[in-house]
Amino acid sequence: MQPILRIEHLRKQYGSVVAVEDVSFSIAEGICFGLLGPNGAGKTTTIEMIEGIIEPSAGTILYRGAPRARNFLQEIGIQFQATALMDFMTVRETLQLFSQFYDQTEPLEELVRQCDLGDFLDRYANKLSGGQQQRLLLALAVLNRPQLVFLDEPTTGLDPQARRNFWQLIKSIKQRGATIILTTHYMDEAEQLCDELAIMDRGRIIASGSPQQLLREHFGYLYVCLDRADCEPVLHHFTDTEMHGDRVFIRTQSAEKTLQALMAQGVSLHSLSVRNPTLEDLFLKLTGHHLRE
Amino acid sequence: MKAFIALLLARNKEFYRDHASISWVIILPVIIIIAVSIAFSGRDQQLFKIGVLMQDQEKMVLPDVLMKSYIEVVTIQDQAKALTRVRHHQLDLLLQATENGWNYWVNENAAKGEVMQSLLLTAVPSAHKETVSGRAVRYIDWAMPGVLGMNIMFGALFGVGYVIVRYRKMGVLKRFQATPVSAFQFLSAQLVSRLLIITVVSALIFAGCNFFLDFLMLGSYVLLLTIALLGGFSMIAMGLIVSSRTDNEELAGGLLNVATYPMLLLSEVWFSLDGAPQWMKMVAQTLPLTHMLDAARAVMLEGAGWQEVSMQLLVMAMMSIVFLSIAAVMFRWGKR
Repeated sequence: MQPILRIEHLRKQYGSVVAVEDVSFSIAEGICFGLLGPNGAGKTTTIEMIEGIIEPSAGTILYRGAPRARNFLQEIGIQFQATALMDFMTVRETLQLFSQFYDQTEPLEELVRQCDLGDFLDRYANKLSGGQQQRLLLALAVLNRPQLVFLDEPTTGLDPQARRNFWQLIKSIKQRGATIILTTHYMDEAEQLCDELAIMDRGRIIASGSPQQLLREHFGYLYVCLDRADCEPVLHHFTDTEMHGDRVFIRTQSAEKTLQALMAQGVSLHSLSVRNPTLEDLFLKLTGHHLRE
Repeated sequence: MKAFIALLLARNKEFYRDHASISWVIILPVIIIIAVSIAFSGRDQQLFKIGVLMQDQEKMVLPDVLMKSYIEVVTIQDQAKALTRVRHHQLDLLLQATENGWNYWVNENAAKGEVMQSLLLTAVPSAHKETVSGRAVRYIDWAMPGVLGMNIMFGALFGVGYVIVRYRKMGVLKRFQATPVSAFQFLSAQLVSRLLIITVVSALIFAGCNFFLDFLMLGSYVLLLTIALLGGFSMIAMGLIVSSRTDNEELAGGLLNVATYPMLLLSEVWFSLDGAPQWMKMVAQTLPLTHMLDAARAVMLEGAGWQEVSMQLLVMAMMSIVFLSIAAVMFRWGKR
């Protein structure tokens, strides 16, 4: 099947600074594709080039196999990271205004229900809380029933409850068949929402694939974690260890064997935890630094 | 078209709901008018002023009785212009020496004209009399088009300029860029909205000030409205040029001052450039406000018709087209 979007050798340079370098990927229709990386990795520049907001320095962007045509903007929806709306316009008026720009639109009631805007429909759009504003911006991004939705750091600045609610919204948009491109620096968000990921750092894609696939490829082990004070004297029995502050991570193929070995050494297990590697671990492994630095 | 109308209505709502700025737009010119009328209404010229119609550089010989320190004498070549000044009480008496003696014109509605006439007749009883009539043109009558024009200028340039720069800075423009709305639709909605606003505000100021000051308006209101619309259009287009790229409000403020100050000083808002050097008059001709005030004064003070102000209308139309084209080419949604 033809991908909905194919990006080849995309590059953006500002003066002598290269923001995006040789980025290529393609996105199958109907999936949620994530660009995961720290702030400044080039995620926003990449998707804004695809959206048509920024002119690329080089590279090809194909939408359904052809260069983006005039009606591209009719078929996509965008939620920017930082944006503002006109002053002194209510949420309802803002939705009505934007719906005049498109050939086909979702009925207002449906949007209000879907994005949960009912409580503040007649409030001025610039007087909303963070979560409310994000919901309005999402409603604006989907009011033209887009086939392709761009979400740039959609949950940044939201409290945990609001983030979870927002994830539900994004999932419901995907269920209607829209393809989603999402940028995030939250690994849990990427794990929750994305079918496929490209991990970006310093303007380049350093790994890509589904979250499970990526973790399988790069990690053949689990972590057995203990407080350093509890196990320091016996650490020389274990070859594969990492220090993270006062925690010790023992890499192992078999949690059972490692636990047996620890018990045989008489180590106290009160600080024990066992966990699978995460995307955060993957990023650290690939780049040597954390996602949120 | 529906996107244009939606943007136009949205911009109008945004304007009239912003009480702080709307009250300022109306209060400021009213303050100016009140200040001007208080400052000038009590100032009566003590001097009499008579004009002498003369061709070439003949030597002027006036009856002795008129050679007084309290009478200012000016020589004029153009009879039509001279008569207009008599009609508007700007000259108390106009004299012309002929082979058969003195001819004189006096405004029968002007008291000072009557005084000058009797003074003349004591010395030259045989002088031939012609009369004209007309209402006095006070300074306020002359300044009123300037005040309205200045208000249109500030409303046009600052109104549209600041709004677009602020939109760009806050990301409002970026959000519109992500929709199918074209720059043309967006800018024309801004332009029309601003034109409506300044026209309505100017009409209110016109009506309000006319109620208190009863200034001179001899010509056609439709023509005056056309002049206001064309002048406003050309200056809004200037504002679009200023705001076409920057997202820096301070820079925009500076640029807007650069655009407005020359007009404030050279377009005869408060004072006439009659005595100014030629180069200054040439510079003034490049400014849209000069042509707008020129036409507006011709209509209001002299009752000029379409024919008489056609040149100014044409110049303003051409300036509008040129400014708008430059703005359209220069415009960017984004920050750079």
